[in-house]
Amino acid sequence: MNNDINLYVSWVNFFDFLNLLIPSISWEGFAKIIWILLPIIFLLLGATLGVLVAVWLERKISAGVQQRIGPEYAGPMGVLQALADGLKLIFKEDITPQNAQSWLFTLGPAIVVVPVFFSFMIIPFGNKIILANINIGVFFWLAISSIVPLGLIMSGYGSNNKYALLGGLRAAAQSISYEIPLALSVLGIIILTDSLSTIDIVEKQATHGIFTWNIWKQPVGFIAFLISALAECERLPFDLPEAEEELVAGYQTEYTGMKFGLFYVGSYVNLILSSLLVTTLYLGGWTFVVPVETLLDFFHVSNSDIGVKVWVGFFNISVTLVKAYFLVFLAILTRWTFPRVRIDQLLDLGWKFLLPLSLANLLITASLQLFFSSINI
Amino acid sequence: MIANLNSSSSPMVVSMGPHHPSMHGVLRLIVSLDGENVVDCEPILGYLHRGMEKIAENRTIVQYLPYVTRWDYLATMFTEAITVNAPERLANIEIPKRASYIRVIMLELSRIASHLLWLGPFMADIGAQTPFFYIFREREMIYDLFESATGMRMMHNYFRVGGVAADLPYGWIEKCLDFCDYFLPKVNEYEKLITNNPIFLKRVSGIGYISREDAINWGLSGPMLRASGVQWDLRKVDNYECYNELNWDIQWNNEGDCLARYVVRIREMRESIKIIRQALIAIPGGSYESLEAKRINEGRQSPWNEFDYQWISKKPSPTFKIPAQEHYVRVEAPKGELGVYLIGDNNLFPWRLKIRPPGFINLQVLPSLVRGMKLADIMTILGSIDIIMGEVDR
Repeated sequence: MNNDINLYVSWVNFFDFLNLLIPSISWEGFAKIIWILLPIIFLLLGATLGVLVAVWLERKISAGVQQRIGPEYAGPMGVLQALADGLKLIFKEDITPQNAQSWLFTLGPAIVVVPVFFSFMIIPFGNKIILANINIGVFFWLAISSIVPLGLIMSGYGSNNKYALLGGLRAAAQSISYEIPLALSVLGIIILTDSLSTIDIVEKQATHGIFTWNIWKQPVGFIAFLISALAECERLPFDLPEAEEELVAGYQTEYTGMKFGLFYVGSYVNLILSSLLVTTLYLGGWTFVVPVETLLDFFHVSNSDIGVKVWVGFFNISVTLVKAYFLVFLAILTRWTFPRVRIDQLLDLGWKFLLPLSLANLLITASLQLFFSSINI
Repeated sequence: MIANLNSSSSPMVVSMGPHHPSMHGVLRLIVSLDGENVVDCEPILGYLHRGMEKIAENRTIVQYLPYVTRWDYLATMFTEAITVNAPERLANIEIPKRASYIRVIMLELSRIASHLLWLGPFMADIGAQTPFFYIFREREMIYDLFESATGMRMMHNYFRVGGVAADLPYGWIEKCLDFCDYFLPKVNEYEKLITNNPIFLKRVSGIGYISREDAINWGLSGPMLRASGVQWDLRKVDNYECYNELNWDIQWNNEGDCLARYVVRIREMRESIKIIRQALIAIPGGSYESLEAKRINEGRQSPWNEFDYQWISKKPSPTFKIPAQEHYVRVEAPKGELGVYLIGDNNLFPWRLKIRPPGFINLQVLPSLVRGMKLADIMTILGSIDIIMGEVDR
């Protein structure tokens, strides 16, 4: 008997009792429709909640670094500050500057935000806890995240502002030059795993806890990926597109209200997404330092029990989130410690250092993989 | 338009300031950009012009003193010092030793405050926001010291022709020594955070290079000049106040780039602490509650009656007349040579009071430094020049 928890079946069964009450409506079809909508709701809610936490962390940690107190009054320890900011942005007047290309101007933020939210679908939080286990997982993320610079250029160009234009161009240059090392480092992982699916990537790392995490097999790729991901997120050592000291706010200069809010949310969602991806690709995803099976054996708990399975699921989710938020913490600390690089130095780093580095890493990974597989045969 | 950006035929003209978020004060730069490269840059001044020199012409010196702190509002003691030094030199007024030491202590504290408020914005210009908060922590203590001695945090109105307005309050000297002990480790903390940071070094070393000859020819002064390898410090050259009684060195550097200016200013902060420490110990009369009480108590023979121990000499009356002579007086302000060319005509008011603000002269060199650099370098170079628009526009 299959002992796995089948959420779909229990969801449909949940509507059975309604079938008894009002038999005239096809409740199973209703349940199916809601079942299709559920992932979207989960994604939006989960990502937005993640952003609220990340914004609060950013403000509190930056306050700690700078010997300030940070948000204090909105909720306990100011946890609701991000929510209050968001509400304020919603109620702000939405201004489109004169002579701006209003189509590009309006569409830009949406194009920036949507792909980032979409990418969350391929993030695994547990063995079966994923929104879409598509077999091209990582590739899907790489493909869809390269739409973002289009939105940045659109908003930069459509704003009718020189700073915004410069910011949009910078954003495009930066995204393009850092996507290549990013993709090359991911390729190393894919060669190791023989699969593009994020679930497979994590399960490959899950065998012996911390020792089989990809970070040990791909240390160079890890560093290249980390730097590129930070650059893709446009956070402080690499936040040139919105460099306040040079370009006022870059492509965001002319935006107010919720359109600005979209950029804001987008950047934090991107940060969390990148942290989750680093977790998935290099830090063993949902796997704990010691494999969960070993822990269960140690405490003499049966793995087949439904209750245990639920707890293990929660445990996996928390482990993923803890790893991801640790990386978010590092990114925040970096932001409030380092100065900003210059645009030519940024491009030099991308093209002259990270690209050769990740290429060499890929080459070595591929040849070692070939070598070891030939020995096995 | 994007195609045009990369062709040198039609550079994009961007107006940076006066309301650019990182522009220092109300300076406006008209920058011609070829992509990310700066083709040309033209500073537009005058948004903060208040006619300071003309105002001086119908005020007595004492009446004018409250205005002068608005020239360079971050190094306020220096503006007051030069305003009283000019008529003092013109009328050959000798000031008591104690007053002179108090002045030196105040000036050096003010120099540290000014350098601190240069460091923060300079780092913010490069993109590091955090040092800004650290420097305010220390600057606040200096301003607390100022407040307890002068009653005001920024616009002190403390210097007077012939001395200072009031003696140091009881316990002030110990507090100031405490500050010196506290401050030096904090400078080390800044250096730990900033000096060896690879991104910082990449952003500032070799940027905005001024050769020794250029620095002299442009008339630069202060850290701008010393960072280009010229050992020129008016505190040594002119020997004003009691600087020659204290043991300290000119801080200078040969490199001539933004990093050199950073290094010089950081070292100058340490050197100022050195000066303050010595001055606090050597100050005639030392730290006591009230000189006046002691003096009266000990009667006519009291050594406290001697000139050097007075904190203020024969107070020139508010109707002090400026002799009919002319004279150029200068002090070494944190930004450079702050001078006043004073012409008197035996009247209460100066006939002419020409201000030589260091920021104004140093700012001239900006366009020639940023030409051919990257857009981001404008802010680095401007930050390293250290201008205050209050004194540039006057």
